[in-house]
Amino acid sequence: MFGKLTLHDIPFDQPIIMGTCLVLIIAIAGIVAYLTVARKWAWLWKEWLTTVDHKRVGIMYCLLAAVMLLRGFSDAIMMRSQLALASHDHPGFLPPEHYDQVFSAHGTIMIFFMAMPFVVGLMNFVVPLQIGARDVAFPVMNAVSFWLTAAGALLINLSLGIGEFARTGWLAYPPLSELAYSPGVGVDYYLWALQISGVGTLLSGINLVTTILKKRAPGMRMMTMPVFTWTALASNILIIASFPVLTATLGMLILDRYLGGHFFTNDGGGNPMMFINLIWTWGHPEVYILVLPPFGVFSEVMATFSGKPLFGYRSMVVATMVITLMAFTTWVHHFFTMGSGADVNAFFGITTMLIAIPTGVKVFNWLFTMYGGRLVYSSPVLWTIGFMVTFTIGGMTGVLMAVPPVDFALHNSLFLIAHFHNVVIGAVVFGCFAGFTYWFPKAFGFSLDERLGKSAFWCWFAGFYLAFMPLYALGLMGMTRRLNHYDNPAWTPYLLVAWSGAMLILVGIILQIAQLIISIRTRSRRRVKADPWNGRTLEWAISSPPPVYNFATLPMVDRIDPYWSAKVNGTPLMSYASEEIELPKNSSLGFLMAFFAVLGGFGMIWHAWWAAVVSLIAITALMARESWDEDDSYTVSPEPARSTR
Amino acid sequence: MNTMLTEEGTFSDAHPLLPTRQQVAGFGFYLYLLSDGILFASLFAAFAVLRGATDGGPQIQSLFELKNAYIETVALLTSSFTCGMAMIAADRRRRIKAQLLFLATVLLGLAFLNIEVHELFKLSASGATFSSSAAMTAFFTLVGTHGLHVTVGLIWLLISMAQIHFKGITDGVFRRLICFSLFWHVLDIVWIAVFTFVYLVGAAP
Amino acid sequence: MSATSTVIQPGSERTPGLRRSGSHGSWQSYVIGYVSAMVLTAASFWLAKSPLITPSSATAAVAVLAIAQMLVHLIFFLHINTSPEHKTNIWAFILTMVIIVLVVVGSMWIMEHLNDNMMPMDKVIDAQR
Repeated sequence: MFGKLTLHDIPFDQPIIMGTCLVLIIAIAGIVAYLTVARKWAWLWKEWLTTVDHKRVGIMYCLLAAVMLLRGFSDAIMMRSQLALASHDHPGFLPPEHYDQVFSAHGTIMIFFMAMPFVVGLMNFVVPLQIGARDVAFPVMNAVSFWLTAAGALLINLSLGIGEFARTGWLAYPPLSELAYSPGVGVDYYLWALQISGVGTLLSGINLVTTILKKRAPGMRMMTMPVFTWTALASNILIIASFPVLTATLGMLILDRYLGGHFFTNDGGGNPMMFINLIWTWGHPEVYILVLPPFGVFSEVMATFSGKPLFGYRSMVVATMVITLMAFTTWVHHFFTMGSGADVNAFFGITTMLIAIPTGVKVFNWLFTMYGGRLVYSSPVLWTIGFMVTFTIGGMTGVLMAVPPVDFALHNSLFLIAHFHNVVIGAVVFGCFAGFTYWFPKAFGFSLDERLGKSAFWCWFAGFYLAFMPLYALGLMGMTRRLNHYDNPAWTPYLLVAWSGAMLILVGIILQIAQLIISIRTRSRRRVKADPWNGRTLEWAISSPPPVYNFATLPMVDRIDPYWSAKVNGTPLMSYASEEIELPKNSSLGFLMAFFAVLGGFGMIWHAWWAAVVSLIAITALMARESWDEDDSYTVSPEPARSTR
Repeated sequence: MNTMLTEEGTFSDAHPLLPTRQQVAGFGFYLYLLSDGILFASLFAAFAVLRGATDGGPQIQSLFELKNAYIETVALLTSSFTCGMAMIAADRRRRIKAQLLFLATVLLGLAFLNIEVHELFKLSASGATFSSSAAMTAFFTLVGTHGLHVTVGLIWLLISMAQIHFKGITDGVFRRLICFSLFWHVLDIVWIAVFTFVYLVGAAP
Repeated sequence: MSATSTVIQPGSERTPGLRRSGSHGSWQSYVIGYVSAMVLTAASFWLAKSPLITPSSATAAVAVLAIAQMLVHLIFFLHINTSPEHKTNIWAFILTMVIIVLVVVGSMWIMEHLNDNMMPMDKVIDAQR
């Protein structure tokens, strides 16, 4: 009935895991108790679990990202603490087989279940508002996407207490990830969590591209779209183009593990390098999927808080689309050292360096946007300036490693780790925080405490440099990644500094949590109206939070920054007539599909085949039922559209 | 609900430039099909790289009977044709004609699957199994994934035919039929790549 | 306010005023497509096994015939054309083809170089014993 799962698979002998599980169980029990006592189950079902409103879905994505940030960051603290302790005779507190799971979980969670949901959540919330639409093109499918992502996150979290996680690193290279060398369930948790959430992400990509291309307000031509919408379009095009490669590649590994295939095995003619080749064919576009929307956030924030239009709109758009295309031409730089030879390496080294050019164009455009403006140093702006400094350094180290001979010395050293954290934290994390602080008042109708927000920024900023600059030095001194113990005394001071940086970031996170709690408790004093930042784009023209239908009547748009023009020129943006609006009904399809996806995934992981069969049939039946019922909308009468002043 | 604003210079949802739900659904589904094309491309890439890795076994081309591949191809192609004709009938809301043509599509699709499954079983029985070598794994996966798509398509078509039977060809049903027909035609396009690059290339005269 | 029949309703399915069969073409289109595809298929199978041409020429020939048949499907079954409504579809298709070529050809190029430079896996395992 449980496949090969037995009580022995629960790691009762590991105190850290058991402690964490206890805390999680208490937290979940507390939430369940609260919901029961306050009689909020119906509210939860109706307002959140079955919502198809893009604004709610976006908020849920960001909430998922926040929760998984805590889990991924705990892994980071454990790694830094282990390395601060574990030199010479001291083994540290994490044995290798545990440490391997920690760094694998850290990477998997941060990329797939923190960064992706955060970025997708921001795009979900903002894009329909910026293009003057009522919702995304496929609202029910949008909810399905979110719930499938949450299903994947749940599976990853289950691996903590039931069984184990992969010990292969976040990309699970064969032959280590093949059955012969990873016979346990860890890699299977990894594979099924990613396959399930990968479907969600692909559907989300299709949804947002269709929304942007087909649902813009009349009059909004492509070259008058906001820049964040352009970067969202680019990112989602990359999702549609690259996630199938991930699905296929992980699928091939699943076939190897489950059916005795020989795609990537050591024997039978298998070729492990083909996995590495294909996974990075996905992996490189993935980093651009993550970074382009934050670039869009910076464009919006810079323009708004400088009080001037974005410098070089056209070149921004061109640079974004060039990056999108070139994202598919650089992937070998992730495995220069693996024997493809000088011809291949030279080609991909050159393309890697070339892709820095449009990125540089964007940086200059942001600088020129600031120039001549009157910059307001709000927290979104602090995150943006922090990004510009940090990402530039990280980008430069990337161009350094794009030179294959240099990479031969630095590949898989801590220099590499420092580089990618430099760009991912500097651009993606800082960008998501900038977007979060920028659009939070729009989403919830009250402001965040700015003082706490700025303190949190400085802790993150200083903490990042303390945590990662030493790693550049360590990499140059020869320390490789994924070590849980080392013997070189010269490395110790650097690792201690790095640990202190992680602690400072922890303080930053605590301040962010405090900021949320305090701002929510004092929200009645912090109410904002439609336009707290003196914004330029359409989302600032409607109330905070927006009504469920976003726009009472669709806005008239004929230029970039239409809301700004309307404010400056005093022309009305929207008509005043009211009509009935058709909205999609709630749907339980997403939540139920995710439920069965978790059941099926868990069944596949533990070889309880009946669960997979049941889940497949149930999902098919749910989809058939959803398609059978055509009564999927309802109408509302809007409040009268207000003038834009 | 069906009101349109009459004031000058105002828009409403009923604006002639906004696409219909059918157009939006069709475009979104088309994007999904393009992504599926990239999925197949990854499997093709794996096959291209691994086709020679037979671990000492025979080259895969020597294992095929091209006659079966030809009959499968004709069956699938004809089912694409009947599907197209069925869509014309459905567009004109000619229920019976559409159902008969969709039934023909189902039968031809089943014929395709029948031959393919037989062929794969025969190969396995003769010792060339999924696990024999990387080349066989890649072959079975590529052909099998296409066959799985065909199977899902047939299930989808049967459910659609049931919907037509019980509800008639409503706007929603027709919208989903358009998506199905796109799916079915694209599967045939993928099959062109399969029979050409898997079965025909390197076939011994 | 009364409804006007020339207006597209939110969530409505059809665009009034367009030809009812606007998106599927005529039966003639399917017949031409079907016959052309059958001819191209027969030609492919015959050429592949024909003793009259070299294997590499056969490969090139069937590849060309395959591309031709895919175009036949696209034009006669999927009705992709160069009209303005289809412009986005064509760009999406071209972009997809570019990526498919990059992935397939790129992988083949890279893996061929890798294989040249690497000992075969079974020999690696033997060497480690």
